Amino acid sequence: MQSKDMNRVLYINLTKRATSVERRGDLFDEYLGGTGVAIKLLEEECPRGIDPLSADNSIIFAVGPLSALYPSASKTVAMFKSPLTGNLGESHCGGRSAMAIKFAGYGAIVIKGASDIPVYLAIHGDDIHFRDASSIWGVEAQTVGRILREVEPGSGVRSIIRIGSAGEKQVRYACAVCETYRHFGRLGLGAVMGSKNLKALVISADKSLELPKAKRKDYKKVYDELQGVVVKTDAMEKYHDLGTAGKIYDLNKIGGMAYKNLESGQAPEEIARELAGENFAEKVLSRRVSCAHCPVGCIHLASLREMYEPGYYFKTSIIPYDNETIYSLGFMLGMTKVEDYLRLIDVVDRRGMDAISTGVILAWATEAYEKGLITKEHTDGLELRWGDVQVYSEAIRKIVRMPTEFYRDLARGVEHASSVYGGQDYALAFGGNEMPEYHTGIACYLNNLAGARHSHLDSAGYDLDQKLLGKEFTLEEVVEKLLKEEEWRQILSSLVVCFFARKVYTPAVIPKALDAIGVKGWTSEKLEELGREIHRAKMNFKFREGFNLDTIRIPKRIFEVPTPHGLLKEEELRKALAIYKERIGSG
Amino acid sequence: MECMFACSRRVGRGGFDKSAIFVRSAGGMEHGFVIVVCRACENPPCAKVCPTDALREREGGGVILDEDKCIGCGNCAEACIMGAIFWDDEKNKPIVCKYCGNCTNYCVHDVISLVEAEAGA
Repeated sequence: MQSKDMNRVLYINLTKRATSVERRGDLFDEYLGGTGVAIKLLEEECPRGIDPLSADNSIIFAVGPLSALYPSASKTVAMFKSPLTGNLGESHCGGRSAMAIKFAGYGAIVIKGASDIPVYLAIHGDDIHFRDASSIWGVEAQTVGRILREVEPGSGVRSIIRIGSAGEKQVRYACAVCETYRHFGRLGLGAVMGSKNLKALVISADKSLELPKAKRKDYKKVYDELQGVVVKTDAMEKYHDLGTAGKIYDLNKIGGMAYKNLESGQAPEEIARELAGENFAEKVLSRRVSCAHCPVGCIHLASLREMYEPGYYFKTSIIPYDNETIYSLGFMLGMTKVEDYLRLIDVVDRRGMDAISTGVILAWATEAYEKGLITKEHTDGLELRWGDVQVYSEAIRKIVRMPTEFYRDLARGVEHASSVYGGQDYALAFGGNEMPEYHTGIACYLNNLAGARHSHLDSAGYDLDQKLLGKEFTLEEVVEKLLKEEEWRQILSSLVVCFFARKVYTPAVIPKALDAIGVKGWTSEKLEELGREIHRAKMNFKFREGFNLDTIRIPKRIFEVPTPHGLLKEEELRKALAIYKERIGSG
Repeated sequence: MECMFACSRRVGRGGFDKSAIFVRSAGGMEHGFVIVVCRACENPPCAKVCPTDALREREGGGVILDEDKCIGCGNCAEACIMGAIFWDDEKNKPIVCKYCGNCTNYCVHDVISLVEAEAGA
């Protein structure tokens, strides 16, 4: 079947078990799709000041004009009010999600209300079902995928987005797992799904898009041009060969890696070698996979063979690894073995938690335990210790089960936990969101403080820090560069293309790519203008919900440990924030 | 899945509902992937069960579809236990691989290629 209109928005009301479809050409014409359309829908659907875990919150999934039509246009944007930060929740995911939503015939899906019993949504094109999920409530994220694969149609052309027990228990940084190894990771989409009693979505594609006859030659030409760049530039090599883990060793070498709750910006050499991408590739890499319609294949899967009982009882688990999670569950927790890190990520993945937040929270808890702020009574008997995979695995289970008040507090994030138990100076969260990998300098921390999510998903401050090494620069320049980058990335995430292909989708080529699929009238200037507008809209949503750049807490620890640029000064960072604020003109 | 999309692009479609090649996981991504495509069998069962001779053996392997003769009975798709006869819901006729090799141009990981094979080999 073909779909003539990709501007359809599917509205699902879980309270009323009702669905409707509206054509929203008004939004898609003006804001392209993805982030641009999602923030507008969130403005419409999310009333001011609501509890993010109440039925009033809405979840928006949005794809864009390029989704599934061009190489590496493979991501879906999710927006919601975040239960972790209390303001904008934005999370992106690949897998088959974008392809499935697009060819199920939708530009966006809006989920409102809450169900009285556990349900999952089966969206097969225009055929939509609310199905009882009581029998899979409490089931691990991977297993849910296996069960739904067997009972729902659409093999090969569907996406299965589901939560684990962390989402059900509304751990504030629970994620939604997609195609087993991909995640809507940050800011708590899983908790929002859990609060709605929504265990999963199965979305399958049954349509395709007829391209305008007059443009078919152009489409093929632009497609091949883009494919050529994706395949032949270093983008492909960098992300395919060792994957994102390929940069771990060098980052540690320059002292930009947070180790053991940022006790240092550098792990000892033998740890860095053990947890480097090269070592993973040699020892455990078993398969590389791609998101739908992406030639890169950046997803790296390890196979871990373990004896689970004496007497040659072995099991082999396939576990994904990448850069940010090696930081959070490896370096931050002082892991000394690849296998230990993999065991930990498996525990986190099964429960469906954001791996970055989980690692940072446990790192804070370990330091607070060392310093005597928390005791065995709090931890329900666990002796938190760097590198101890058994204890950390048990702690992760307890965060979900919440046997004591302490674990209930950990489940609300490190900002909250440290406000109860102390140790705020080394509670590494920014605006309530746990810190991403980099300790590279002022740009990465500006990125953490002012951006919507983390590191490369906002403005790649860590990248700017490294480019500025050994150079003279002013704070104004840094702010200007970060803002420009973040504004431009709003366009990439509205189209929606993966940020790993950001060098491929240039302001010059995007209008051509749009025109070849019948989306007319875009110029590079118009795109840049829209990027600014979308960025402001996102910031305005944050400010509306109480985000404040003047009062945002900055953990002292980041000023105590040298970055590759030397020690960072608090007054410099505050000054840069003030410049940022002035530049965006509100808040 | 690049190959699927490439196959659809031949006919000016974005998507895969006109594709004669299909990729699915082998029961979850942890088990890897399966590529379903016509393997150009000798004595192809799909052609054997066609009641109108719309499908005939193609010289060099595979089958050729004569759309005018096809009545859309679906016997061919049922007969192919590889699942390599796909279905065009709009035309209600099978989609068969033409061995053009376009899909292989987009497989950057060298998983598939178009090769000449000797009969009986």
